[in-house]
Amino acid sequence: MLQSLPILSLLVWAPILGGAVVLCAGDRMRDSVKLFALLVSLFALLLSILLYLRFDTATVLMQFVEYSEWISTFNINYHLGVDGISVPLIMLTTFTTVLVVIAGWVVIEARLSQYLASFLILEGLMNGVFVSMDAILFYFFWEAMLIPMFLIIGVWGGPRRVYATIKFFLYTFLGSVFMLVALLYLYSKMGSFYILDLYRLPLSLEAQKWIFIAFLLAFAVKVPMWPVHTWLPDAHVEAPTGGSVILAAIMLKMGGYGFIRFSLPITPDASAALANFMIVLSLIAIVYIGFVALVQQDMKKLIAYSSVSHMGFVTLGFFIVFSLINQSGPGTDAVMGLAGGMMQMISHGLISAALFLCVGVMYDRVHSRQITDYGGVANTMPVFASFMMLFAMANAGLPGTSGFVGEFLVILSSFHANAWIAVAAATVLVLGAAYTLWMYKRVIFGGVANERVAGLQDVSLRETLFLALLAGAVLLLGLWPAPLLELMETTLNHLAQHISQSKII
Amino acid sequence: MTMPITAEMMYVIPELALLALACLVLVCDVFSTDENKPLTYWLAQVSLVVVIILVICLNPDARISVFNQHFILDPLSTVLKVTVCAASVIVFLFSYHYFKTRGQLQGEYFVIGLFAVLGMLVMISAYSMLTVYLGLELMSLSLYAMVAMNRESGTASEAAMKYFVLGALASGLLLYGISILYGLSGTLVLPELAGYISSHSGSRIALTFGLVFVVVGIAFKLGAVPFHTWLPDVYEGSPTAVTLFLASAPKVAAFAMAVRLLIDGLQPLHVDWQGMLIILSVLSMAAGNIIAISQTNIKRMLAYSAIAHAGFLILGILPGLETGAGATYAAALFYVISYVIMSLGAFGFIILSGSADHEADQLTDFKGFAEFNPWFAFIMLLFMFSLAGVPPFLGFWAKWFVIKEVIAIGYIWLAILAVIFSVVGAYYYLRIVKLMYFDQPDTMPAIGAGMQVRLMISFNGLALLILGFVPGELIRICTTVLMG
Repeated sequence: MLQSLPILSLLVWAPILGGAVVLCAGDRMRDSVKLFALLVSLFALLLSILLYLRFDTATVLMQFVEYSEWISTFNINYHLGVDGISVPLIMLTTFTTVLVVIAGWVVIEARLSQYLASFLILEGLMNGVFVSMDAILFYFFWEAMLIPMFLIIGVWGGPRRVYATIKFFLYTFLGSVFMLVALLYLYSKMGSFYILDLYRLPLSLEAQKWIFIAFLLAFAVKVPMWPVHTWLPDAHVEAPTGGSVILAAIMLKMGGYGFIRFSLPITPDASAALANFMIVLSLIAIVYIGFVALVQQDMKKLIAYSSVSHMGFVTLGFFIVFSLINQSGPGTDAVMGLAGGMMQMISHGLISAALFLCVGVMYDRVHSRQITDYGGVANTMPVFASFMMLFAMANAGLPGTSGFVGEFLVILSSFHANAWIAVAAATVLVLGAAYTLWMYKRVIFGGVANERVAGLQDVSLRETLFLALLAGAVLLLGLWPAPLLELMETTLNHLAQHISQSKII
Repeated sequence: MTMPITAEMMYVIPELALLALACLVLVCDVFSTDENKPLTYWLAQVSLVVVIILVICLNPDARISVFNQHFILDPLSTVLKVTVCAASVIVFLFSYHYFKTRGQLQGEYFVIGLFAVLGMLVMISAYSMLTVYLGLELMSLSLYAMVAMNRESGTASEAAMKYFVLGALASGLLLYGISILYGLSGTLVLPELAGYISSHSGSRIALTFGLVFVVVGIAFKLGAVPFHTWLPDVYEGSPTAVTLFLASAPKVAAFAMAVRLLIDGLQPLHVDWQGMLIILSVLSMAAGNIIAISQTNIKRMLAYSAIAHAGFLILGILPGLETGAGATYAAALFYVISYVIMSLGAFGFIILSGSADHEADQLTDFKGFAEFNPWFAFIMLLFMFSLAGVPPFLGFWAKWFVIKEVIAIGYIWLAILAVIFSVVGAYYYLRIVKLMYFDQPDTMPAIGAGMQVRLMISFNGLALLILGFVPGELIRICTTVLMG
């Protein structure tokens, strides 16, 4: 019975159906609606844990495959499957959604059921992106995801929410449509939308470059890479806390996932040819956006820019691989770059979620995100201050936290490729420490700044719960990253092998 | 193959039945004393349903042409006729409610509507230029009258006048093109025309000259830029129920006219008309989507949106029957059916949210709609995202299909332009969602519509969602009917 359970379908559809039920229930029974939403998100979390436990790390094949015909005229199929790249991201998604449901528990007053339903449906769609093995199915979930996020920012967001959410939607929509054109072009050559078929399709370098650029437009906007990152600070700042958490923790990972699932394996030669260009963009994001983060007055904006800077590491890790392959073949070094990028995605998902939740905790009390409105919070909220300390340190890449592992792996592999790239990338350790800790100092330490800070209550049990869960995850991955690395190892080895072979006809 | 005329009559039974039933409705209406005209309304609906059943019963496996090849029955015509009649059933349902609550109910509306449908059926089955023209004129004259139905309204009269003058001009241009083609080839029948052009070896200038006028006539009826100027004024000025009609069934008929003339008749001039269609389509997508952004009246906004969608539809006709590339105009067929469903919903929503003393046709009327009517706001959200072409709705597959076929015949740059304009278009659809969900209401919008209208709109919206998840069958139908 358990063996035949369609885990992947359940991961996609259980939250969506749960969301539909919540939507229909309306706001009349607030407590039971909340409880139901929590149960649905916990169910998805359990499923993803089951997925992890039953995942076979020894094989490079897709696992838990589900297949049925969808649009037979064009050979589009409902084809699901996971490998070592998707499993960690699915776990991150289900985990974060539980946190978001708990975080919204008493905070959201208006249209509660719609709020919870949006997040549950969003969860299902995001899982759909990670499990799709058919390019059109992938695109279907990828775009559908924009609708709940558009509503989350627009309905429950801050004062400039309308501007932010329309900008978010149009920006990401514009990027994605080029990917659609590229996918349809690939179909016209291959006659299939199965992603693994596309991996095998030989293409000329010129065609690969065009396809790479089309993918780049879609994924770079999502990551977001400099210079197409400008939607992110707006969206993050205006979104409600839960929205910011999902945006930072998972939506940004979609871009990274897209690179590693589509760009690298489908267009390896173009990726190699344009790797230096990508590395330069990543370094600009890491260094320049790091400086931009330094001068922010708004805490959410600061974390948003910090996200752009940290996500630069992900793309750096993915594209540094090509110079390593040139030097020493698809060996340990190359895999380390990929693993570093993946590790950084997961870790950034946890840390940025935690920091946004921390800002949310303060915002719920003071209704301000400006750093200058705070000061001396440690005096009134000691427990909170210690949690935030941990997350700030993790954001700065302190060893022992998950933030360190990914950055270290990427810097190490960059060092093998080119010492100067490693030096430039390592500035993030300094800059990250500077902006995060400086913000922390101004907000948390010092004398009590004003009456509002003086009247603060420390974190409630509910808030302690989600902060403690995140703190546990950040420490666990920081101290013992081996399980996660093992989970991805076989798949990444295989990927490195695949991208080292030319596909040029 | 020649059949006795009585046997040939068999194949036009749906049209004959509709003609007879329309006359019957007219007579019944004269003797009906009830203010609300329930008899007229129900009889008209029954007529349409009868026609649908007859059309389905007569569905041929392959092409059958009768009356010396002036009239054709093929699987394509069945699909289009069913779409037209089903759309008209929905239009009549909305219109009945609309005119009844405003005290403007006239039995003639349904009679003229049935005649318009008859014209469309003739257009769909037309296999000669003469039949195309006859069908077109019957449809157009009925539509002019429907727009002008409300004599008291100044805007409606203005709209009717513009529609009539420009429509007559378009018909004239089309007729001129037809006469040139007839003069050159000596035949009105489309396949014979195609045969003449293929075997014609000399200069094609005269043929191209005739073609230009035919294309202009088609572009007028589809509302493609630069022949679109009538469309926003007519959509805005007409009573919303009539706008609803204009925006749905006649689009299918215009599509039928385009494929019959261009593909059945002028396929050998493919290269020439392809270039013209590309210009029309790019201009329509650009102008429609950009001008729609600045509109404050939702009917006008949807009119420009219709122009943009016409551009997309034309894009779908481009491949013609290039079976070599594996591409056909099936995408355009799928697009027009999807568009009719979406358009019925969007205009139906305006009827739903208006009331006798208030026409909800300004964008600001929708402010904060979700606050009081979460369900119908959600349905409108489905329409808007579907029109914008976002999955998981039917509108996405419509755009997807067209772009796929355009790429298959090698026009990648055109596909890129099309998707860019789709993103531009997404903005004004999002604005409606923004008004409904993110803004605070000025006044409390009350829904005056009855249960039938409510159910119909809900059904329509959910259909978009369900077809978005399982579009396979509709796509299969659209591709297979072109195989025959």
